[in-house]
Amino acid sequence: MNRQAQAAVLFLTGAALLHAGLTDQYLRYVKAGLRPMLLLSGAVLIAAALATAWYEYRASRPGGTPAAGAEGPPAHAHREPRVSWLLTLPLFALILVAPPALGSYSAMRAGTALQQPFGYDRLPAKGPLDLSVVDYATRAVYTHGREIEGRVLRIEGFVALDRAGHPYLVRMALNCCAADAQPVKIALTGTIPPVLQPDKWLEVSGTYTPRTTKDPVNGGPVPYFEVTHAKPIPTPADPYDETWNT
Amino acid sequence: MATTRTTNRPVTGPAPTPAPEPDPAPEPGGKPAAAEPVGSEPQSESELVPGSELVPESELVPKPESAPEPKPESESVLESESTPGESKSPLILTMLLLTLVLLQGPIRGLLSAPVMQSWMTVFVAVLVQALPFLVLGVLLSAAIAVFVPPSFFARALPKSPAVAVPVAGLAGAVLPGCECASVPVAGALVRRGVTPAAALAFLLSAPAINPVVLTATAVAFPRDPGMVVARFVASLLVACAMGWLWQRLGRTDWLRTPHRSPHEGRSRGAAFWGSVRHDVMHAGGFLVVGAMAAATLKAVVPASWLRTAAENPLVAILALAVLAVLLSICSEADAFVAASLTEFSMTAKLAFLVVGPMIDLKLFAMQAGTFGRGFALRFAPATFVVAIAGAVLTGAVLL
Repeated sequence: MNRQAQAAVLFLTGAALLHAGLTDQYLRYVKAGLRPMLLLSGAVLIAAALATAWYEYRASRPGGTPAAGAEGPPAHAHREPRVSWLLTLPLFALILVAPPALGSYSAMRAGTALQQPFGYDRLPAKGPLDLSVVDYATRAVYTHGREIEGRVLRIEGFVALDRAGHPYLVRMALNCCAADAQPVKIALTGTIPPVLQPDKWLEVSGTYTPRTTKDPVNGGPVPYFEVTHAKPIPTPADPYDETWNT
Repeated sequence: MATTRTTNRPVTGPAPTPAPEPDPAPEPGGKPAAAEPVGSEPQSESELVPGSELVPESELVPKPESAPEPKPESESVLESESTPGESKSPLILTMLLLTLVLLQGPIRGLLSAPVMQSWMTVFVAVLVQALPFLVLGVLLSAAIAVFVPPSFFARALPKSPAVAVPVAGLAGAVLPGCECASVPVAGALVRRGVTPAAALAFLLSAPAINPVVLTATAVAFPRDPGMVVARFVASLLVACAMGWLWQRLGRTDWLRTPHRSPHEGRSRGAAFWGSVRHDVMHAGGFLVVGAMAAATLKAVVPASWLRTAAENPLVAILALAVLAVLLSICSEADAFVAASLTEFSMTAKLAFLVVGPMIDLKLFAMQAGTFGRGFALRFAPATFVVAIAGAVLTGAVLL
């Protein structure tokens, strides 16, 4: 790959990072906190592309000063390796495909990652409670529903079906990026919509039930949730649970 | 950039710029995200196509200029070697991207299977997470390589080799960069008269214990701050052990002293951006390999296989150490791949993080190129064994 092609790849990679960082696309892959670095690195890559093109142009100009502008050797003298061509793959993936956030396929391949937390936030005393999947699952499994029993709860997550067709409400929890995302699952019971499509996001309302089951993959604890009402919602801007390790 | 190209345009004119743009738009695609990428395409083509037109001229013009220069005999040989095969690369790149744009409908269809989607998400996630750290490290290492003279390191080191080894190992902490940056710097150190044992300790420790890499490790393992400490300790330990080992057993005739300083004959700006471009292209390419492997392990390989490998602690450590060698991921990015291997024990992940920056396929090639094949053939296996031992020891104590 010669330097013009490298400049082009650098420019496109930088532009793709900027685009992902300026829209909510980056939230499908990484945590929200990475955004400033993402934008910065996109800008640096574009600057490197422009600088490469500039020095290349200076070197090719008939009156160009060779000492300053002539392309010296690469930092160590060997050919630009073929491996650089692989950088076109993420470009293709980011610009053309823009893969969605991890969904039910990954969720059902991995076991629930539920862990006993160090403590619990105080809940408001009245009204329906909005809980995250992780929050409900930890309270249901480790506190036996002490504070949530008998109250109306609302939980958002996406639908996943196991091999037998049992429905789960899942949210993927991130440690660092989507590569280490692990699912936290709630099994659904009660008045479940007759047709459930995997990966569709739902807001389910209902109540705590002490019933639990075991995750078919790793045997981890999966609490049940008694659904009274379910309504489809759009995919949230940040599809992952980032409260996992704060 | 545009001026010479516009004059050249008639010569190799018939580049297919305007044709493809109308095509992708009506493609059914089916995804809501389709509108944005298509919109951003024209930009890319206008960037690319001129490049392909310029090739013949740009490759021809500098040749007569660089030939009469006093220094670079070896360089001009290498440059002329590389031209015939590589002069077409902008054209190839343009054709490749155009084909992908034209075929995006069918390709999307193929990729809509859940396995492929999940593979691509993990692939992109590893890259998006690692690229900012890679860019940061590349910037800092370019700055140091260009603005700090190598003689500074030579002067700063103690005279006694036995003491110089740990000092050089610790000095690795101030060279932010990945292993691609440390090989040329270590070569420069040897050339400026630093004892090889100390230069080698620096070579091994610098990619693993510098602030950028340690920060990336802390980000990748937010729940296990011990991992950062363990990585630092184990890498320093192994680097010093290898330095002392070389001092006891190494022979100078195994080591071919490198000759050329990487940045001679260029302005600082050109050297700086040249270093940035070079490092991003190299390390980025290998990072893609690593991301593909991580995605395959995560999305395709049955979880039961990984669990079987992870169950036996010895097999787990060996498996990840070998994986680190094969993947050749840049040390600024490898922590994120390690963190994605959720099934494996912390010690096995530590082995991955200690072995990777010290010896992998890419490093072997670079060491053979810089110090000679006879050196690399002896040094690499020894490093591999010592690195595993160091990781296991440290893991047993700290993790």
